[in-house]
Amino acid sequence: MRIPFSYNIRNLVVRKTTTIMTALGIALTVAVLLSVLALVNGLQTSLRSSGDPKRILVMRKGATAELTSGVTRQAFQDLKFKPGIARDSAGQPLASLEIVTVINLPSVDSEAGMNVTTRGLLQPGIEIRNLKLAEGRWFESGRRELVVGKGIAARYPDARLGGTLKFGKGEWTVVGVVDAGTGPINSEILGDLNQVAGDLNRMEGLSAMWLVAEDEITAKSLINSINDDVKLTAQAKSEVEYLEAQTSSAAPIQFIGIFVSLIMAVGSSFAAMNTMYAAVSRRAREVGTLRVLGFSKGSILTSFFLESLVLALVGGVLGCLLALPLNGLTTGVGNNLTFSEIAFNFRVGPDTMATGIVFALVMGALGGLFPARSAARKEILTALREI
Amino acid sequence: MPETVIQTRKLTKEYVREDYHVFALKEADIEIGRGEFVALMGPSGSGKSTLLHCIAAMDRPTSGEILVLGQDLSSLNERDIAHWRNVHIGFIFQSFNLIPVLSALENVELPLNLTALKKQERREHARNALELVGLGDRLHNLPRQLSGGQEQRVAIARAIVTDPDLILADEPTGNLDAASAQEVLNMLSRLNKEFGKTIVMVTHDPHAARFASKIRYLEKGELLPDGRTPADWNLPAAEATSG
Ligand SMILES: Nc1ncnc2c1ncn2[C@@H]1O[C@H](COP(=O)(O)OP(=O)(O)OP(=O)(O)O)[C@@H](O)[C@H]1O
Ligand SMILES: [Mg+2]
Repeated sequence: MRIPFSYNIRNLVVRKTTTIMTALGIALTVAVLLSVLALVNGLQTSLRSSGDPKRILVMRKGATAELTSGVTRQAFQDLKFKPGIARDSAGQPLASLEIVTVINLPSVDSEAGMNVTTRGLLQPGIEIRNLKLAEGRWFESGRRELVVGKGIAARYPDARLGGTLKFGKGEWTVVGVVDAGTGPINSEILGDLNQVAGDLNRMEGLSAMWLVAEDEITAKSLINSINDDVKLTAQAKSEVEYLEAQTSSAAPIQFIGIFVSLIMAVGSSFAAMNTMYAAVSRRAREVGTLRVLGFSKGSILTSFFLESLVLALVGGVLGCLLALPLNGLTTGVGNNLTFSEIAFNFRVGPDTMATGIVFALVMGALGGLFPARSAARKEILTALREI
Repeated sequence: MPETVIQTRKLTKEYVREDYHVFALKEADIEIGRGEFVALMGPSGSGKSTLLHCIAAMDRPTSGEILVLGQDLSSLNERDIAHWRNVHIGFIFQSFNLIPVLSALENVELPLNLTALKKQERREHARNALELVGLGDRLHNLPRQLSGGQEQRVAIARAIVTDPDLILADEPTGNLDAASAQEVLNMLSRLNKEFGKTIVMVTHDPHAARFASKIRYLEKGELLPDGRTPADWNLPAAEATSG
């Protein structure tokens, strides 16, 4: 770099209003992109971190989600005694037959309410997932009692401890809150299998089965044995595999978000271009002078191009700062696979920020290229005559 | 006759537009030797700047030949010309043309960025040049913190910092008050006499022209023969030439 860098930095400082306005435009664009990435990132982390390779989900063949799956009690009886399933202290297999449905709850975010996954499960279902109560107690079988995930308790006023929810054949009382970290249970409502199934008139139409293998290797052979069992007509997956498939639910948000930020990026690039064209024309005489001093067209081009990149970099850093407060913010997102809501935290990690910076630099490069080229192409005498 | 530094033959620059045809320079033949201090005079629009720009390879003639320091400028490409100018030419503008965001020292250091000198050496050279023009105490001032005369002295320092063979000045005193003009002219004269620099200076001012060792006149793009003044010009050329 022949023309000193300080020349560019100081020019950016001298026209600070334009610099700040342009950088802010880029910053907003970067912030939008980062929010989308943080959302997707957070969703993936939330889904993935709670997966345990020993936990196995058994659904009807071809089903992609518990909600659309169906299994019978008979299948559960056949499955329960397969070898390789871990047992609890009382020697009972850790296997749970479950029913999954969605109920609509009024939320703090939406008057119309949101769909929340509601799960009826057997006692071992709690141990299978290592669920720990944060408040209250567990539901008792034979009663309309519910335990809610922490994320649900926080976002649905009716689902707080002691609250009552209406569904099925009557009113249900929330008797406990469970802390499932970032796991999916955090966004679910739990009740006793038979009570829930009875209220929904689905005593035989149950959804899926969960079980825990003795260890990871056993888990693999257990999955194979279930999948090969023609009598069962069921399909088993490890929880990790199942949750990974669900991250695809973020795809539409990701698509729209990236689409919006691309449109904004076009705008910001033009703003940067406009700023740089103005800079080039204001400094035409300086360009002519630099050429007379012996600087080549190439170094003029590089100089203005770099200036645009620095401008964009400022915008990129500002954008990261704007997006940073999102880090850790809790929100929910509709899951189009389970038709319910998953609560999770935004995650603005270093790699997300790096993406934002690169995105900003691309805007700067696109915006800076043409003005820099026009500066370099000016005839010396024409440049010197401009005021 | 000393070594020839600038030599032109039938140097012509034409501007042709739809409704407009002008010879900015018409078959000009000039020869300038090493160590000469030549003033170019003539009415506005007579082609003085055009000639100076051709010598500095800032402009390309329409026809004719030009040899500067033995180099045929028409044979150089864009990149080589830039380098050639950096090494051999120091150019001084009427309106100083300092870079507003750079300090005096940084402005003077600018052309040295194109050389192989290290940062420390560049600083040193730039400081020496500024001391030579009497601005050793204004190194860190920005151009707008300097008077016009001081700005032009910074510009002179910038023109000489690379130790060029040729100093070209286009009305260097045109924007200055009498006292500042005097200082600048004294300085150019000193560069010519003490350091043996070849100088070509365009000027409107007969007083300024007296500092030169020779005056050449242009009229409507044509260079008058050595020693001839335009008929309506009241400055006796002989006086300046003999000085
Ligand atoms: N880019 C151009 N297009 C058209 N005509 C031009 C151009 N540049 C210079 N000319 C013409 O060429 C002629 C010589 O111009 P030049 O600038 O060399 O004059 P000058 O002697 O330096 O005048 P001044 O004393 O006013 O600076 C003028 O008639 C001018 O109008
Ligand atoms: Mg002129």
